[in-house]
Amino acid sequence: MSQIIDRRLNPKHKSAVNRQRFLRRFRKQIRKAVADAVDGRSVTDTDSGEQVTIPAKDLSEPVFQHGPGGRREIVHPGNKEFVTGDRIPRPEGGKGRGNRASNQGEGMDDFVFELSRDEFLEFFFEDLELPDLVKTRLAREVAHKSVPAGFSKDGIPPNLHVVRSLREAHARRIALTSGKRRRLRELEGQLAALRAEAASSHDIEALEREIELLKKRIAAVPFIDTVDLRYRNRIQVPKPTTQAVMFCLMDVSGSMDQYKKSLAKRFFLLLYLFLERNYERTDVVFIRHHTVAKEVDEQEFFYSRETGGTVVSSALELMRDIIRARYPSQDWNIYAAQASDGDNWPEDSGNCSRLLDEEILPYLQYYAYIEIDNDYPLGLWQEYEKVAARWPNFAMQAIDTPADIYPVFRELFRKKGVDR
Amino acid sequence: MKERQPISTGSEWTFDLLERYDAEIARLAAEYGLDTYPNQIEVISSEQMMDAYASCGLPVYYHHWSFGKQYLSIEKHYKRGQMGLAYELVINSNPCIAYLLEENTMTMQALVIAHACYGHNSFFKNNYLFRTFTAADAIVDYLVFAKNYIAECEERYGVEAVEEILDSCHALMNYGVDRYRKPPALSLREERQRQQARAEYLQSQVNDLWRRTIPESRLRRETTGERFPPEPEENILYFIEKNAPLLEPWQREIVRIVRKIAQYLYPQRHTKVMNEGWATFWHYTLLNRLYDEGLVTDGFMLEFLETHTAVIAQPPFDHDFYTGINPYALGFAMFRDLKRICENPTDEDRRWFPEIAGQDWLETLDFAMRNFKDESFIAQYLSPRVIRDFHLFAVLDDDREDELEITAIHDEAGYQAIREKLSEQYNLGTLEPGIQVWSVDTRGDRSLTLRHFQHNRRPLADSTEEVLRHVHRLWGFTVRLETVDERGRVKWCYECG
Repeated sequence: MSQIIDRRLNPKHKSAVNRQRFLRRFRKQIRKAVADAVDGRSVTDTDSGEQVTIPAKDLSEPVFQHGPGGRREIVHPGNKEFVTGDRIPRPEGGKGRGNRASNQGEGMDDFVFELSRDEFLEFFFEDLELPDLVKTRLAREVAHKSVPAGFSKDGIPPNLHVVRSLREAHARRIALTSGKRRRLRELEGQLAALRAEAASSHDIEALEREIELLKKRIAAVPFIDTVDLRYRNRIQVPKPTTQAVMFCLMDVSGSMDQYKKSLAKRFFLLLYLFLERNYERTDVVFIRHHTVAKEVDEQEFFYSRETGGTVVSSALELMRDIIRARYPSQDWNIYAAQASDGDNWPEDSGNCSRLLDEEILPYLQYYAYIEIDNDYPLGLWQEYEKVAARWPNFAMQAIDTPADIYPVFRELFRKKGVDR
Repeated sequence: MKERQPISTGSEWTFDLLERYDAEIARLAAEYGLDTYPNQIEVISSEQMMDAYASCGLPVYYHHWSFGKQYLSIEKHYKRGQMGLAYELVINSNPCIAYLLEENTMTMQALVIAHACYGHNSFFKNNYLFRTFTAADAIVDYLVFAKNYIAECEERYGVEAVEEILDSCHALMNYGVDRYRKPPALSLREERQRQQARAEYLQSQVNDLWRRTIPESRLRRETTGERFPPEPEENILYFIEKNAPLLEPWQREIVRIVRKIAQYLYPQRHTKVMNEGWATFWHYTLLNRLYDEGLVTDGFMLEFLETHTAVIAQPPFDHDFYTGINPYALGFAMFRDLKRICENPTDEDRRWFPEIAGQDWLETLDFAMRNFKDESFIAQYLSPRVIRDFHLFAVLDDDREDELEITAIHDEAGYQAIREKLSEQYNLGTLEPGIQVWSVDTRGDRSLTLRHFQHNRRPLADSTEEVLRHVHRLWGFTVRLETVDERGRVKWCYECG
């Protein structure tokens, strides 16, 4: 006798451990793929996983097998025109017909698979050397909370609202019976009048029958019905209820090469991740500058190159104007991230610190500045150091590798972490 | 004809219906005398099916990255719709575990029950290779033991250390089987008890072997002429488990686990055509009987036949989808043809199969199922009729010639040759390079020499050196691989160490 078992509710993903093993073993390749992916994808795209490609030769599992050559005879199906003794040219490269059925198929395609969002972020964070607390805070999905939202006609028994349901039932009973009750009162009045007049028993009987019928009908209206049931309703609302705007400022003068831009991109991405987890809505404004500043889209921001001098204050002025025009600070949490190689027009640095002090920093939540590859700090760095001393919401850092990026945000993450 | 009273009419399945179909199919299977283990039918979801897939179809398996890789590639293909999942998976155990995919229609479930729970099941229970080489009663317990043991090792010695050993063992898995000796039966309890004792004993044996290797004079060494091992050893993993000088006891146990599982899987590689052919023959026969008895509808039958036809499709060699001979197609055709030869023999059949033409077909098929593997089954039973139906032809690919030569086709002169050549094609002994442990320099540098006995001048693939690195990791000292041609001359030597 066979035994039939439903296993569908057993845990899935028995292979989850094997998947982890796989990711661990090919950490190096995957990290490289993730690094490439970060360069390729949008700063605001943090909710998807990533497709990772690993060269097939790296993951081969070698076994002893025959190579091409030697003498072998293979039987194939589907002969059409061959007769014994036919000689046919060997297909190109010694492969093809004679070889196709062999176990060393042409399966040398690269191995492609999907990293989930969490796995992707894990590899991304690893690169940045984030502390664990920060990692979990960033990787968390947007939190929802459940709030009461009135009553609904369907729901589960534990949510049944008794008072509401009975009130509905009462209303329904009134609605269904009021006409009959009115009629009943009239008839009873007539009956009393007829009895007082001592009218014919025939009329009285007819009235009594009608009264009887009405009473039955009233009694037939159910005390409570399924349509009366009311349930407490709850809906999910996202927890962060505020909005933020993030300004990305980058120097695109000739000295910013692709490596520096790639570092800067990680820097922007990290800030974006933080904002995205903490605010319901996050706008991103990209401002690039050399001697003049311009608001651009992301593509142009990261991938077009310019030459010429550098006037940082132009970007700060543009940012100030955009804030005034579109992002009033009472409605928006404003964050700014600036990346540069420290180059600036010598007379301009003082200008920058004045703009920051007077017109920008008072309205900002946080301003993070990274200087990439500053072997000898220039005017801008010195000027910013003074600003940093005056403003607690101003952070700066010189970076050489991705691991240097996180310290810029340390204050930001720490503060919010404690708030929680 | 009886009035039709189908068990069900819709395509939805329920557990009640599964039971009723199973009961009917079991009744018919018993009528045909199919001898099976009890069935344990498990309904699973597609994710679970992918899990099962990724671990060689075993219900319990230790963890290893290669199964993760397998899973990822299955998942990718499945999600993109490039590949359907198998409708079923069946495990050679007692009770015989068969997985049904929840998405299957009722027809598919019935097909799978007939195919797996009665076809494969009876094959597992009765074929001589499975009887000799696998212990259906003990396999699940043994797998549990193996998984726990390896998990324990990972905890104690680190995931990486265990992974290294497993990688190396997997590279030699095909060389970890006894081809002729019957392995001792598996039993979980004994396995656990013996494991401790074995660890100590093995270590002492190894020490003993090497204790005698204190350097002696070269003269002495040449005069003794003692060889180790006295006879070449084909089971490389066995040899390593017993003799590798530097392995820790837990590492030897892991080698043993991989070896035991390889041994368990070994018969399946030998009986693809027979096993699938047998199961396909029986699902076809059993479901047709259900139809004859009016237990299933015309719609059921159409759906079944569509699937069945797809399963036994054999594209010709020049077709884009051609990937070799379809074992379902060949096996099914051969078993059906055997039945035909028994029932309606032609003169040709009487000439080719005098001993079975006109005999009882059930007995003939039963005998064939019990006593053969693919190689011998084809050598014995591939009939001219099947050769003609498949339009089989043989191509000779000799690297000394500029052209390929057609050496036999499906005609009177070619039948016997095709039969022999196709049989040879299923001979694992020639499909895989023949490699054996040849000698160990017990008195010198402890180096291990393997010998590759060349067949038809076929060389080893590029992966050889990499595999040798794995052998070296296990052996711990220099490893050599000599390729020996058919006249016994050493033609090539790989070395790693």
